[in-house]
Amino acid sequence: MAVEYIYPDYEIVRDYDRCIVCRVCERQCANEAHEYLSDKNKMVADNAKCVNCHRCVSLCPTRALKIVKSDHTFKENANWTGKSIKEIYKQAGSGGVLLSSMGNPENYPVYFDKILLNASQVTNPSIDPLREPMETRVYLGAKPERIERDEKGRLINNLKPQLKLSMPVMFSAMSYGSISYNAHESLARAATELGILYNTGEGGLHEDFYKYGKNTIVQVASGRFGVHKKYLESSAAIEIKMGQGAKPGIGGHLPGTKVGEDISKTRMIPVGTDAISPAPHHDIYSIEDLRQLVYSLKEATGYTKPVIVKIAAVHNVALIASGIARSGADIIAIDGFRGGTGAAPTRIRDHVGIPIELALASVDQRLRDEGIRNNVSIVVAGSIRSSADVVKAVALGADAVYIGTAALIALGCHLCRSCHTGKCNWGIATQREDLVKRLNPNLGYKRLVNLMNAWKHEIKEMMGGMGINSIESLKGNRLMLRGVGLNEKELQILGIKHAGE
Amino acid sequence: MREGMFRNISGCAISGIFSKSGKRFSGKSIIDSIAVMHERSNGLGGGFAAYGIYPEYKDYYAFHIFYESKSAKKECEEFIEEHFDIINLSKIPTRKVPAIKDEPLIWRYFVTPLPTKLADSQLDDKEFVVKCVFRINTRIDGAYVFSSGKNMGVFKAVGFPEDVGRFYRLEEYEGYCFTAHGRYPTNTPGWWGGAHPFSLLDYTVVHNGEISSYDANRRTIEMYGYKCTLKTDTEVIAYIFDYLHRKIGLTLKEICSVIAAPFWSTIESKPQKEREELEYLRNAFASLLITGPFSIIVGFEGGMMALNDRLKLRSMVCGEKDDMFYAASEEAAIRVIQNDLDRIWSPRGGEGVIVTLEGGKA
Repeated sequence: MAVEYIYPDYEIVRDYDRCIVCRVCERQCANEAHEYLSDKNKMVADNAKCVNCHRCVSLCPTRALKIVKSDHTFKENANWTGKSIKEIYKQAGSGGVLLSSMGNPENYPVYFDKILLNASQVTNPSIDPLREPMETRVYLGAKPERIERDEKGRLINNLKPQLKLSMPVMFSAMSYGSISYNAHESLARAATELGILYNTGEGGLHEDFYKYGKNTIVQVASGRFGVHKKYLESSAAIEIKMGQGAKPGIGGHLPGTKVGEDISKTRMIPVGTDAISPAPHHDIYSIEDLRQLVYSLKEATGYTKPVIVKIAAVHNVALIASGIARSGADIIAIDGFRGGTGAAPTRIRDHVGIPIELALASVDQRLRDEGIRNNVSIVVAGSIRSSADVVKAVALGADAVYIGTAALIALGCHLCRSCHTGKCNWGIATQREDLVKRLNPNLGYKRLVNLMNAWKHEIKEMMGGMGINSIESLKGNRLMLRGVGLNEKELQILGIKHAGE
Repeated sequence: MREGMFRNISGCAISGIFSKSGKRFSGKSIIDSIAVMHERSNGLGGGFAAYGIYPEYKDYYAFHIFYESKSAKKECEEFIEEHFDIINLSKIPTRKVPAIKDEPLIWRYFVTPLPTKLADSQLDDKEFVVKCVFRINTRIDGAYVFSSGKNMGVFKAVGFPEDVGRFYRLEEYEGYCFTAHGRYPTNTPGWWGGAHPFSLLDYTVVHNGEISSYDANRRTIEMYGYKCTLKTDTEVIAYIFDYLHRKIGLTLKEICSVIAAPFWSTIESKPQKEREELEYLRNAFASLLITGPFSIIVGFEGGMMALNDRLKLRSMVCGEKDDMFYAASEEAAIRVIQNDLDRIWSPRGGEGVIVTLEGGKA
């Protein structure tokens, strides 16, 4: 039907004065948007196939290409936007659920952008990180409620297993399957060099990467893909994935087309079969069941590793976190509604869950009100975009943050949000060998190290400005924050004052 | 707006004198010492802590209380009678000093917890007293307990410290330890409770500085039942000492390694045993690390400690002569009372100088 033709959102603009018909764009585009017309010796493009990933733009040797937003428009309507109309056409044609990738792009408030940081003036000196020590090391894990001494009166180390991080940032869960082998290798090597951790996601751990175990968090999700004794033992910590910010309340789906030989082995499923993670863990229907899984995993690893429980930020997140803090978990990871994904139903991604800033503030306060904040560490994700977001999250009460999207962008992701197609031109969210090899892990890992080192410098600058020379004095230090343009209720939930107060 | 409703930050002068032999001396010398540092105060708060001053009542908690009204006093006394045996009560003796104005009613009570109430509470007597002090300070409007230890007392007011000392007739008290504070708050306090020292039981803190970790520390310590009613840095430090020393059972030296912890790079250079212990303390009590500039003198039953922040962003000097120990923001404040010193030095940042009575308690 003609109605199904939708004019493309983006147009490929080619400067024919510059184009030398080298056909790089054609070779680089897995979506086959570029075509060579041999009879005319001319490059043309099919805008409808373009996902706006900038691969061709970046590799064009003569800078002949750019992508622009189409000015094609529906009649203006504040209620029925072009997006809404087009989605209806699509669904009326397919009868299917709309799929999307990466984090919620809709225009909800970004609270981090409405929070400002403090700096010292006169009564308290700022500290120059180039001249004075400035410490960003954090330990994650439960803190003891009392001390113990030996017969000579010396303190006994009664700490439960801890994770040591050189800075309060980790790479969040992205499975082998949703991202490529080379992307995984980049993350693992960067985490090792930086003294932080990366997270396998729910897709198991490729044997080649066992050697990075000391910097690896292994995930146990509802599908239990790739979970076995050696997998658990190879890790620094185990994360039980109860939920994900991009798709709270539902499971995951890796299409069989992505399950090749290697992934089949890692996930322990037959080649070509869909890997479907159920929405709930079918052995966890309530909090007491979670406690059993936490302790099963601890038993299996001899109580040598912290257990993380990851949940999506949903309406009663504080209550849920309080339950988790009492169920043996050492660390709670909370994933906000802007968290990324390799694929999620659009409606779920864009309409379920709450902002991480509000979730974090209420969880931290709730755990303090109950006197159990030191029983667990809090790690937040979804979405941390810069070192300023890290500093704000720590000051709101987080022990550390996870970054996913930011790490992928460092590897070359251009946020075209087409991961679910499996044709990532940057070699990140794909299993196609020709595409995967475009991401060179020797360069990729270095870019991640650079990004984290840059953030660490910036974190130190901001801390120094506040007169703080160690990150633990920033944690939960909400007086260092002020809100701008927030209403009373928002300020109350965030536990901060308004600018000027 | 009155003090306690906002966070009031200040610069300051501090001084402390301690007799290790337990010899009691008059409060005159601490007034002389703090008066030298007049320029470091601005007349908006001064105070003293004195130890060993109530030997005849040494087994009883001495409550010093400010009342803003007779009705507050009545309500508070009813509460005290309900929970304690009152052994003695009186107005705290003062003399008129022109510079000290608007004084509240200032009363002193020597009390001991009622055995039945104490048994009902299932608390030890110190914890019982702490709970009652917080109850009065947070629930009874216009009443504020500013001293609650045994055989010691806090004396404080709005004014220059030397005037405050004369106001309270401090020269008439004799003790083995005195500490003092002159305040330079950056906005006007209207309230006597906001002056230093801050105290809980026999722990007192005088403090010069502004801590940048304040809200991290406050939110942590409040988790353990402390209520920061005054919103000053110093109150938080006093509670941290009480928590780590009395409740957790860390030694003072260990507490220094928590609140003014060595840098990780320093810790890593230590021998293994020491390194592990320092790592443990920093990790286990991470949220009680205090950053930003401070020098503090902590008084407690039978001892005194002087401590700087880990970068030594505030001045502090210590001196010794025979059995006497001195600590002050400036050397002049020590020399004015004892110029013939055996030793005088500036302790390093994070290095607590701890003195205690020879042969234990007073």
